[in-house]
Amino acid sequence: MMPERLLVLSAVLFSIGLYGVLTRRNAVSVLMAIEIMFNGVIIAAIAVSRYVAPAALRANPAATGDAVVQMVLTGQVFAIFIITVAAAEVALGLAIVIAVYRARGTVDVTEVNLLRR
Amino acid sequence: MTARDLYLLSPEIALAGVAILVVILDLLVRSKRVVGAVAFLGLAVPIALTVVLWTSIDSETAVFGTLAVDKFALFFKILVLAIVGVLILGSADYVARFQRYQGEFYALVLFSATGMMLLAATTELISIYISLELTALPLAALAAFLRDERSTEAGIKFLLLSAMSSALLLYGMVLVYGFTGSTQLQEIAGAVAQGDMPFGSYALLAGVTLMVVGFGFKIAMVPFQMWVPDVYEGAPTPITTYLSVASKAAGFAVLLRIFYFALPAVSGDWGTLFAVLSALSMTVGNLVAIAQNNIKRMLAYSTIAHAGYILVGVAAFAARSPGPDGVALGPSGVLFYLAAYAATNLAAFFAIMAIASRTGSEQIDDFAGIARRAPWVAAVLAFAMLSLIGIPPTAGFMGKLYLFNAAVRGDLVWLAVVGVISSVVSAYYYLRVVRVLYLGAAPSEEAIPSSWPVRLALALTGGSILAIGLLPGRLLELGEAAVRIFSLTPQ
Repeated sequence: MMPERLLVLSAVLFSIGLYGVLTRRNAVSVLMAIEIMFNGVIIAAIAVSRYVAPAALRANPAATGDAVVQMVLTGQVFAIFIITVAAAEVALGLAIVIAVYRARGTVDVTEVNLLRR
Repeated sequence: MTARDLYLLSPEIALAGVAILVVILDLLVRSKRVVGAVAFLGLAVPIALTVVLWTSIDSETAVFGTLAVDKFALFFKILVLAIVGVLILGSADYVARFQRYQGEFYALVLFSATGMMLLAATTELISIYISLELTALPLAALAAFLRDERSTEAGIKFLLLSAMSSALLLYGMVLVYGFTGSTQLQEIAGAVAQGDMPFGSYALLAGVTLMVVGFGFKIAMVPFQMWVPDVYEGAPTPITTYLSVASKAAGFAVLLRIFYFALPAVSGDWGTLFAVLSALSMTVGNLVAIAQNNIKRMLAYSTIAHAGYILVGVAAFAARSPGPDGVALGPSGVLFYLAAYAATNLAAFFAIMAIASRTGSEQIDDFAGIARRAPWVAAVLAFAMLSLIGIPPTAGFMGKLYLFNAAVRGDLVWLAVVGVISSVVSAYYYLRVVRVLYLGAAPSEEAIPSSWPVRLALALTGGSILAIGLLPGRLLELGEAAVRIFSLTPQ
């Protein structure tokens, strides 16, 4: 598949996620929407690495060892780091959602507005 | 990872070590004062290592070229460590209310500081992202630390908006990586200068715009500032302080590093963008602050305005001091202002903590007549307000002078004019606090006591405001030495 199509897919996923973040009222749904945004980014990272790696190899045919590994794997390593950190983010997010629920009995973000008054 | 890398990274490793030590001690020792003391005294190790690196190292890269250890990074490391040190002193009384969770509080603050130190040193997109999250996640937990309605609300708002801005930032980073073929800032700079990218400049434009939006959330600039007032008001006051000085300093460090290192070839475009955003931040921050009655909320809007002042220095790319290898005046102004602003804001928040912990209110009107109940604390608060306006002989005056000078030299005279006008507007709400403190009628004449660590922290920060205002030379030299890396990069 062409990297362009993967980039379109990633942009669509990212936009769906962004729409969800801006419109959803339940804090857990907002977290899920953020996850969709991250997934869009991950697909973009993999797609561009499929484009970048061959171009870099063509540009430096003499490269060996670590240099090749760095050229080929950067995008994929990026993706793995995003997955890991996103997991940590959600774990903390759910912990805070539980704290919010205990403090006021709702996780509706439009009702969490004590500070606006 | 070689032994040399370990040496270059020793301040961060030492700081993370202190944080882990605090967690373990917290389990073993019953007295929480000991844990706080260890967290404070342990900072001496990373500070000493950073000073050793400053004197011995000019510019080196570590860990496969992902981290730079240069004077720019070391300047921010010392700044962050100093802020954390004073913060632990100044919030000693406040933290006592956390009772058995004090150890976790100190540990999270130290872990977040580790992230900020790494953030100032990173020269590669993946490490920038990891350091950014290492900074932000402990801060989200800390914002919700009181676990009451307001604090958890601050925590969830900070976490959701920080995660969303991370996603935007990441998308920008991935696009920049895809179209320049590298995550190393140095190589990105080369690819941008050559200009042979797929889809040409539009792709780069999309990536850079998303990154500006992502960082805009982190440094609280207009129009990405809506989380700031809520989070600042609801979070525990020491964390509000920490967010407003240390987290902001680290954000500007990485912003300068990315735009001055990786994208100097398109400086005309992002320079104008930052100039407009800076003018907006100054205007909106100062105008909305006038209407606030809660002092933490007022200072939150003041923070947005100050993000605008600091952005003046980021926008003034063209400003160079005369001479063959002229100092980049914009970034050195940013560094100077961040240090001056840190001293000022720390002093203001420590004074507010000392007063509000006794009166139990953060409304500006309830600060009436405090000057008679706690003359020294009120004097420091009033002095900090003068510094935030930018009245000599304070640190804020020198910082603004330097930044607006950079704007004029960088052909941004209109921005300097906007800055001066909005400073005059800001005098209205800062002086209101001073007036209430000194002329308001106190409900009682009972004196407000404070413990010796808080008094020491107030003296240190108040003294720094005066020292930077009267003798700015030494700090200016440090700042100029730190930004010398920007004049070395090929244009």
